[in-house]
Amino acid sequence: MSLAVSKSPVKPSATPDKATQALAPPPMLYHSRTSSRVSFARRLLVPIIILTAWEMGSKYGYIADNILASPEEVIASGHQLIVSGVLWHHLSISLLRASLGLLAGGGVGLILGAAAGLSRVGEELIDPTIQMWRAIPFLALVPLLIIWFGIGETSKILLIAMAAAKPMYLNTFGGVRSVDPKLVEMGRVFGLSQKQLIFGLYLPAALPSIMVGLRLAMTLALIALIAVEVINTSQGIGFLMLQAQEYFQTEIIIVCMLLYALFGLGSDLLVRVLERVLLPWNYARRGR
Amino acid sequence: MELRAARPMTGVVVRVAEARKAFGARVVLDGFDLEIRAGEFVALLGTSGSGKTTLLRTLSGLDALDSGEILVPQPCTVVFQEPRLVPSKRIIDNVRLGLGGGQATAAQALAALDEVGLTSHARSWPAVLSGGEAQRVALARALVRAPKLLLLDEPFGALDALTRLKMQSLVADLCARHRPAVLLVTHDVDEAILLADRILVLSQGRATVDLTVDLPRPRIRQGAGHGALRARLLTALGVDEGAGADGGIRMSNILTI
Repeated sequence: MSLAVSKSPVKPSATPDKATQALAPPPMLYHSRTSSRVSFARRLLVPIIILTAWEMGSKYGYIADNILASPEEVIASGHQLIVSGVLWHHLSISLLRASLGLLAGGGVGLILGAAAGLSRVGEELIDPTIQMWRAIPFLALVPLLIIWFGIGETSKILLIAMAAAKPMYLNTFGGVRSVDPKLVEMGRVFGLSQKQLIFGLYLPAALPSIMVGLRLAMTLALIALIAVEVINTSQGIGFLMLQAQEYFQTEIIIVCMLLYALFGLGSDLLVRVLERVLLPWNYARRGR
Repeated sequence: MELRAARPMTGVVVRVAEARKAFGARVVLDGFDLEIRAGEFVALLGTSGSGKTTLLRTLSGLDALDSGEILVPQPCTVVFQEPRLVPSKRIIDNVRLGLGGGQATAAQALAALDEVGLTSHARSWPAVLSGGEAQRVALARALVRAPKLLLLDEPFGALDALTRLKMQSLVADLCARHRPAVLLVTHDVDEAILLADRILVLSQGRATVDLTVDLPRPRIRQGAGHGALRARLLTALGVDEGAGADGGIRMSNILTI
């Protein structure tokens, strides 16, 4: 069947010639894309249904107040906590604990990870011990820490630090080791000093992993924070939540849960900003 | 230069004598000798696995010989098969890698980038460059130190055919201008003829062919005298082109030797 060459003169006509009658558009093997607005609306659908059900359930008495407070009560209680300054008092203490623990633990993890990653001796001295210690879940350290340091701030911050140190160590170690050996070879040929190799090649190559480590360290620090604050404390978001539990104040519990969620979101945002600032070359792509 | 003081024959900048290197039972250099004079462009041909890259790695200090003597001048720089640019450094900082960050090195680096036609990319990240552009940066990085010896390890191997042609004439130009001694490792016979003053064929751990290329410069592909040289080198490399599809023409070249 010859489709390309038609011997009769081409003239516009209502009836297509014989050859083209056998043709068809290609089969539709692709998906037509839905518009982004429709897609956005679909994504919002389930949360809206849940919120509405909650609201209706509370309003018409299907959900008891001491089981789950209504959305309005949650908002009102959040507002009340903010205005009275109670929230800020507990929040600032929780934030301080988390930041100090993260800074100390993350810092130690970063330094040990870099030392183990950069030198063979460092690896031999550091890595086996860390691997053994890594096997112990950090929550199992709580009793010992309390015996050693009491129930004060020291044991709390130490536990958060221990939780944060692990992912930081592992990811820094792996990141440093992931540097392209060909680049290191190039660096040696072009006469880079040890210091230039470390700060110019190894650490920048490790930065993306270090950022992953930071993300995980923040997540674990948050978990550790909740753990220490609901065990033995008189201040902090966890204490606020525990106190609310005793009085069946579900609205305050939900406000605290939302706050912890905000911690998580905030730390994620922080890492994203840090990545933009510290890894500009990762965002450079060939223009189209 | 220490080398010149030690050795009366002036002008020799690379001296390899009785070089031996084996990987297990496989001997890749077996009594290999080589001398390169200042400003001389030497191409080293060999089939893959013949030890040409091993030789280049020992010359750049990345590998040690099992035995033998090896003397090179400083500075000695390398262009590898891949650009090997540091992704976290801007182009200009890649070019002046390890030279320090002052105004003087910036000017030097910009001048080197100008020679490869990439001044406009000085502040770009390596990720935005094409393969050919990245390799030109690698060339600028190697030349900015005014090397006495420039080692080229199949630097055009990973480029597409058209980019390769452009890069070859760029390298010919820049080497003619700066006159470093050059050792080009390649398996492309035409490339060797196009660029080199002297061509060695490395086979069984030794230089089995060492011939001077007397063709006038600038050279063009398939210019006069090219065919005969090509045939001779291919024979030394164990390729019988008469068996190829357009073997008729090349066969006549072989017959004219």
